[in-house]
Amino acid sequence: MGFGPYFLLATLEGLVMAAVLALTALGLSLVFGVMRVVNVAHGEFYMLGAVLAWWFASLVSGHPALGFLLALILSPLVVAGVAFLADRLVLQRLNYEPEATIVATIGLLYIIQQLALTFYGPEARPVQAPFDWRMQLPWFGYSAYKLFVIAASVAILLGTWFLLRRTSIGLVMRATQADREMAQAFAIPVSKVYAGVFALGAGLAALAAVLIVPIKQAHYLMGQDPLLLSFIVVIIGGLGSLRGTVVAALLIGLSDGIISMFFSPTLAKMLATLLVALVLVFRPQGLFGPAGMAAR
Amino acid sequence: MKGGEHRAIWLHAALVAGLAGLHFVLPDYHHGIFARVMVLAVFAMGYNIAFGYTGLLSLGHAMFFAAGLYGAALPIYHLGWSVWPSLGMGLLAGLVLAVIVGCLALRTVGVAFMIVTLMFSQVFYLTTLYFTTYTRGEEGLVLPQAARMLALPGQNVSLANADMRYWVALILFGVTLAFSFALVRSRFGRSLVAIRENEERMRMLGYDVFASKLAAMAISGVVSAAAGSAYAVLFGYAGSGFASIQYSILPLLWVLLGGAATVLGPFIGTLIMFYLIDVASSYTTAHMLVVGVALILLILYFPKGIVGTIRAKWLRWLP
Repeated sequence: MGFGPYFLLATLEGLVMAAVLALTALGLSLVFGVMRVVNVAHGEFYMLGAVLAWWFASLVSGHPALGFLLALILSPLVVAGVAFLADRLVLQRLNYEPEATIVATIGLLYIIQQLALTFYGPEARPVQAPFDWRMQLPWFGYSAYKLFVIAASVAILLGTWFLLRRTSIGLVMRATQADREMAQAFAIPVSKVYAGVFALGAGLAALAAVLIVPIKQAHYLMGQDPLLLSFIVVIIGGLGSLRGTVVAALLIGLSDGIISMFFSPTLAKMLATLLVALVLVFRPQGLFGPAGMAAR
Repeated sequence: MKGGEHRAIWLHAALVAGLAGLHFVLPDYHHGIFARVMVLAVFAMGYNIAFGYTGLLSLGHAMFFAAGLYGAALPIYHLGWSVWPSLGMGLLAGLVLAVIVGCLALRTVGVAFMIVTLMFSQVFYLTTLYFTTYTRGEEGLVLPQAARMLALPGQNVSLANADMRYWVALILFGVTLAFSFALVRSRFGRSLVAIRENEERMRMLGYDVFASKLAAMAISGVVSAAAGSAYAVLFGYAGSGFASIQYSILPLLWVLLGGAATVLGPFIGTLIMFYLIDVASSYTTAHMLVVGVALILLILYFPKGIVGTIRAKWLRWLP
C-alpha cells in the first residue's frame, strides 16, 4: 500500500475520532464556560450514554436502525435528566463553589461507574450500526456509518452554534456566562439556566457516545479516556470558545491517530498529557481562547 | 492558650500510647488493618499539609506516594539494596518530584492547579505502565521477605513479621504526628494558614508566597513519599495501582472525612473510611458506591469533617 491510501485512511479515522471528541469536549466546555464548574463526571455521562444506548437498542427487535434511532433519541434525554437531577440535588446546594463541586463530581463519577458495573456488568457490548453500507473511495471501501458519524457531528455542532448565537435561549446562556449577578438582576432565572446547561453538556456527551457505540463497544470504564481527551481539547482550545474547541478537537483527533502509529499508545498518552499540563502552566488562556481558567 | 497547648500535647500522646496498647489486645485481622491504616494515615497527613493547611487542593498526590513506593521498591528489587538506603531513596524521589511539580503547578491557582496536578500524576502513572519491564505494571513487584530485613543496632529484624510491622508503622505514625503538630504550631505553619485565608494580604505584608507554597508542597510530598516507602518495605508490594487517580482521591476523602486542617483528622478519617469500606464489602461488592456517596454527603452536609466539627463546637484548642 502506498502513502496515499494509508494517509487517507489515517485522516478518515482521525476525523471520526475528532467528530466524537468535539461533541464531548463541547459539553465540558459549555459547563465550564457558563457555570465555572469542572465536571469530573463528564466521562461517566458519556459512558452512561453508551450503556443506555445498548440497553435501548436491545429492547427493539427488527431492523437495527430502529433500535439505534430509539437510542439516539432517548439515551441523551435520560442522561440529561440524570445530570439535571445531579445539579438540583447536589451542585446547586454547594452554590457552585469550585473546589466543593469538583469533590462532588468525583463522588458522582464513582456512583455512576459503580451503578454501571452492578447493573450492566464488566462486559463490553456492541450496538449494531443502523446500516452497514460501504462507500467506494479511490483506493478502498470505507464504512458509510463512520462517514455518517462525521456528518452527524458537524450537524450537531452547527445546531449548538445556532442555539448559542441565534436563539433567546443562547442569549440567556451567554448573558449568564458573561456576568452572573447582572443576569440575575435582569430577571434571568440563573439557577434554571445552570441546571439546563449542565443537562445540555451531559446530553452532548451522551449523544457522542451513542454515535460511537456501533464502532467501539460500550463498557463501564470507557469514560476515562474521553474525559482526559476532552480536558485536553478544552484547555488547548480555550474554555468556552466553540471555535477553539472544534479546532483543538480536529488537531487532537488527527494527531492522536498519527502519533499512535509511530509510538506506543501509552507513550503517546504520556506525551500528550504532559504537553497539555505544560500548556496550562505556561499559557493558561489556551492556544486560541482569549481568557483561560486562571483568569476566572 | 497555654493550657490548651498542654491538653493538645497530652491528647496526641495519648493517641499514640493507645495505639501502642492496642497492639497487645487487637485480634490478628484488626491488628493488620491498624498497621495499614497508620501508614496510610501518614499519607493523609502529608496531603493535609498541602490541602488542609495551605489550601492547595491537589488531585495528584498519588504520584508522591508512588514515588516513595517505587523509590524504595525498585532499588531493593533490582539492585539488591538494603532497607535503610532504599527508604532514603524513596524520600529523595518524593522530594525531587514534589519540587519539580511544585515549581510548575504553583504557577497556576484554583481549578487549573487541580487539573495540572491531576495531569502530572496521570503522566507518572502512565510512566510506571510504560516501563513495565522494571515495574511490572499493574501486576506489581513483590519484594521477597529476605530483602525486607531492617538493620538495627545489634540485630536485623524482619519487616515481614506482623508485630514488627505494627511497631514500625506506629513509630512512623508517631513521628509524623509530632512533626505535623510542631509544624502547624510554628511560625511557618501559621503563615501557611494565612496564605490559605488571604494570599494577597500575605504578599502585601512582604511574605514570599510562592516560596512558602513550594516549601509546603515539598514537605507534603516528602511525608507522602515516606508513607509510600514504608508501605513498600512493610507490605512488600509496589504496583501501578498506587499511582492511579484513585490514590489521589482517597487522601482527599480521608482528610475531608476526618477534618481538613486538623492534626488528628487524617488518622480518624482514614480509620473510619477503611472500616466503612471493609464492612460495606462484606455486604456488597459495590465499594466504589460507598466512596462516591460518602464524598457527596461529606461535602454537602459535613464540610468540616469529624475533628473539624468537634473543634468548631467544643474543643477550640485542638490544633
